[in-house]
Formats: sequence, structure tokens, C-alpha cells
Amino acid sequence: MIQIESLKFQYHDNGFHLSVPHFAVRAGEKVAVVGPSGSGKTTLLNLLAGILTPMAGSIQVDETSVSDLNDAGRRDFRIRNIGFVFQDFELLDYLSILDNILHPYRITSALKLTGQVCQRAIFLAEQMGVAGQLKKHPGKLSQGEKQRVAICRALLPQPRLILADEATGNLDPDNKTLILDLLFSAVSDHHATLLAVTHDHELLKRFDRVVDFQEFQNKEAA
Amino acid sequence: MIDSLYIAWKYIAFNKFKTATLVACITLIAFLPVALERLLNESERQLMSRAVSTPLVVGAKGSALDLMMNTLYFDDEVPELITMEAANRVMDSELALPIPLYVRFQARGNPIVGTTLDYFAFRGLRIAEGRQLAVLGDCVLGARVAESLGLKAGDSLVSSPETLFDLAGVYPLKMTLAGVLEKSHTSDDLAVFVDLKTAWVIQGLGHGHEDVTKLQDPTLVLKRTAKSVAATAKLYHHTEIMEKNIDGFHFHGDLAQYPLTAVVAVPQDDKSATILRGRYLTREETRQIVRPADVIDGLLQNIFRIKNVLDAVISVVALATILAIILVFALSLRLRQREIQTIFRLGCRRATIARLLAAEILIIVIMSGVFCGALIFVVNQFSNDLVRMLFIS
Repeated sequence: MIQIESLKFQYHDNGFHLSVPHFAVRAGEKVAVVGPSGSGKTTLLNLLAGILTPMAGSIQVDETSVSDLNDAGRRDFRIRNIGFVFQDFELLDYLSILDNILHPYRITSALKLTGQVCQRAIFLAEQMGVAGQLKKHPGKLSQGEKQRVAICRALLPQPRLILADEATGNLDPDNKTLILDLLFSAVSDHHATLLAVTHDHELLKRFDRVVDFQEFQNKEAA
Repeated sequence: MIDSLYIAWKYIAFNKFKTATLVACITLIAFLPVALERLLNESERQLMSRAVSTPLVVGAKGSALDLMMNTLYFDDEVPELITMEAANRVMDSELALPIPLYVRFQARGNPIVGTTLDYFAFRGLRIAEGRQLAVLGDCVLGARVAESLGLKAGDSLVSSPETLFDLAGVYPLKMTLAGVLEKSHTSDDLAVFVDLKTAWVIQGLGHGHEDVTKLQDPTLVLKRTAKSVAATAKLYHHTEIMEKNIDGFHFHGDLAQYPLTAVVAVPQDDKSATILRGRYLTREETRQIVRPADVIDGLLQNIFRIKNVLDAVISVVALATILAIILVFALSLRLRQREIQTIFRLGCRRATIARLLAAEILIIVIMSGVFCGALIFVVNQFSNDLVRMLFIS
């Protein structure tokens, strides 16, 4: 599913650089990426999503070589294949819950908003237990509910790869377990692959594989 | 684009206070200069059309503007009075037709214009309902007065006392409404027209009472001689002119010395007008003759000078407002940086983000345009009254 070879990336402004000689994730696998802050976990997610462009090396997601795509191609790849779940949910206050879930369909012409998509959004909301909140605005929801809405938004375009950037970071312990249950169940239902950055070591055992990014980087340095 | 408009609309609807403030600012900045322009144009039209159609006005020396405002627009600021002799002098010159005016009293807030039937012919005023002035005590109402007071021919209207607590002052006179004029969209619509003599009766210069030669009650007679009878203050004066008492109404003294506020002089031709004007140029002359168009033109010059200052002020305020609006959008953009980043990470193009912001601006501008249009429509609809209320009254 994900194949990274000889990847090199450096930020121009702060000198941070990331080097990944080899990293692979199988289709349907649920992988946790751990490591201290600043070790490059989020940068890796952004490179996989095509938000950042590597300086060298290749990133392959299924048959697509992300590193070879131009800006428009990477954007198109991202909207069709990647579902993002953020730590701060990143819902838009001024849109209703249903509009938030449908938001990716309204901001790009690559996705077509149809009645079927709306039905699917409602179905996902039912699965995530937020169907009763569809007309409300995010301000009226609890943290856990907001993250469930964010997961609905990420899953709606049926992406092959879910990238979760500390998705449980802002939740209480009960909600962490619940959200992870829902995320795992949804990922399995959609036959998607999950790559989750987390600092929460209690949750790690539930993933198929855990990659310690610091260790990974150290090995590379050695 | 529809999706961009939808999202933009949701943002605008969610941030009601911010949107309302922006819309109000843009609306006012767009509306103020346009409204001012419309109102000034309308005031120019109203003032000039009335002034141009009035060739010459004779009045007491003093403020020509006060004289014009009272003569043309029946303003309640009464100029120095002249006498009926001024009208006779114009008539005797055979250069112009005099139309005397006595605009001093009011009836329920509307000016009472004492004049002659020539005034109606001169202004082209026609009776829409009822009949023309015929007997003492009759009045004819302008269309708007009749509308606002809900009066029709056959009703009565009482003149207002000048000062309520002055027992020696002017007593109210109950007038009979002979007719209502057609709408003329001028100050005539807002006036109560009476015959000059009725206006003098309102002032108390003419009055009606019992025949003092036949008085039996000794308390009513102060002095009786072979030639005259002097009555006491107990003698009852009629406050309504009716068929049965109209013969009792009379005027004392020389009518030529009765007061007027102005005389409209309608010259036979330009030459007559010039000669007539020349006759009022001597230093000893106590009256002035003015061309209303010249006076109103001077007034308009002043108004437009003020308008230029206002335009400059509005321009500066508009510039400041536009800069403030740009600042609001710039700050809003900074505050929404995270949102923009999220949208971008979801797969949105930078151009789409720009389109979302453009859609927000477009909606705000359209809303402001609609409000501005509605306000301008209202101003257009009521410009006639607004001008009279703001500039003429």
C-alpha cells in the first residue's frame, strides 16, 4: 500500500530535515507512529498526503507515485485517496454538522455532491452516533462528538488511506477508547489503511504495528 | 461557484453582527452621497420651478430671502408687512397685474393664504371638488391639507389663534370649506386659501356684530350721539360667517392701509418688468421688488457650496470606511488562517480559497447594494416631502 524509498525532506526556514530510507505499510494495516515532538511524524503524514514535496526519494501509495505528481495531481490524489483526521478536529464553526461532513465535496470539483453522497453522509453519522446532531453547529457538540464528525468527514470520500494526526490527543480517556473503536471499525468497514500519529502509549497495543519514529531516525543516522 | 456562494453565505449568516456592521457601513457610504445628490437636485427643481414661474414680488425692504420663502413656500417666518396700497400702486402703473398675498395665519398647522382669485389663475390651480371662493368666510384647501385633515367641501375649518393666552389677540374664525384644489405637487397643496378680506377678518380688522343702532341693552352702549354709537367690550362679535350674519361684517378705515405680506406682480412683458423694477430703485423707497429666480439662485449657490463641503467630508469618511473594511477583511483572513490551512489540507486549491473570500465580499456588496437601492427608492418616493421638510420648511 505505502512504499517509501530513500526519502529526503528539509524545511527551508528551520533546517529540520527528515530522512526515511525505507518505510512500508501493507493495505488494510493499522500502523501507529510514535516519537517525541519534532521527530517528523506530522511531516511524514504531510509528505504522504502530498501537502509537502520531498527533495529526493519516492513515495508510492498503491499504484500512484505521489512524489512524481505535480501540484494539481497531488491535490487530486489527496482529495480522492486520503482522509485526514486532526487533533483539533478542524471543523468549521459556521457550518452545520452535515455541511461539515459534506465540506470536501463543496470545495473541490474532483468530488461530485449527489443525493447518494448525502445519504452516505447521514449513514456515516448514524454509524458514528452523531445523526441526531446533523443540524447543529460544532460549538454545540462535545469534544468526542466533534472528533466523530471529523472522522465522518474523512471517511465520506471513501479514501484508501486514513491519516490520523493525534486524533485522540484532545479527548478524555473514555472518549479516546470510543473514538479509536469507531475509527478502527470504520477503517475495517471501508477496507482502508490507517496511519496514526499518537503519543498515547496505552492505545498502541491495539494497532497492528507500531513504528517508533525517533528510533527509526536514529537507525538511519547510525 | 454555487458551492462557494453557499459556504460564503453560511459564514456570513453565522457571523451576523460582523456582517450587519459591514453591510451598514457600505450601505451608508454608498447611500449618503447619492441621497444627498437626489435631494439637492429635487430641492433645486422645486425651488427653481416655483421661483421661475413667479416673475416679480413686491415686499417690504429687508430680507429678500424671507420674503421669497413666505411668498413662494408660505413659510411661517412673516416678513415686514406692506399695505394694500402696494398692490394698488402696481395696478395703477398698468405695467403688471398685482396679486396681493397675506400669509400670516395658520389653521391646524397649515398656512392660511389670503389672496384674490387671480392667484388661482396665475398658478393654474383648479378646483377638484366643490367650488371656488365666493363669499366672506369661504376657504379652499390644497389637496394635501384636505387629505391630511380628512376634510371635504361643506366641512368647516377653524383658524388657529396666534397666541392662546392673549385675550386681546386674534380670535379663531370658523371658515366654510368651499372646495378642494387639484394636486399641484407644490407648496399650494399644503395651504388653506381664503379671500384677502377673510384673512383680515381673521386678524380682527374686519368683524361682524349686531347693529349697534338697534341695541336695547344699555350695558352694551358706551356712548350714543345723533351720528354714531360707541359699543362697550361686552358687544358680541361673530366668530363664524353665516348667511344670517354676513351683512353684519364690515371693515373700518381705508382698505388701502390694510396689511399684506407681499404682492406678486405679473408684468405684461419684459419691458414692463424692467420699468416696474426701475420704479423701486430710489433711496426713499420703503419697498423692494425682487426677481424670485435671482434670490433662489443665490440660495442654491450657498446650498451647493455646502454640498461641496459635504461631498468632501463624505469622500474622506468613505475612504476611511473602505480602509477599515479592508482592515476587517485582512484581520479576518489572519484569524481564519487555520481554517484556510484545513481546507487546503483537505484538497482545496488556493484559487478556491480566494473564490470563497470573493464570494463573501460579493454577497456583502450585493446585500449593501440591495439596502442602498431600497433606501434610494424610498428617498425618490418621498423626495418631494423630504425636500420640503428639510430644505424649504
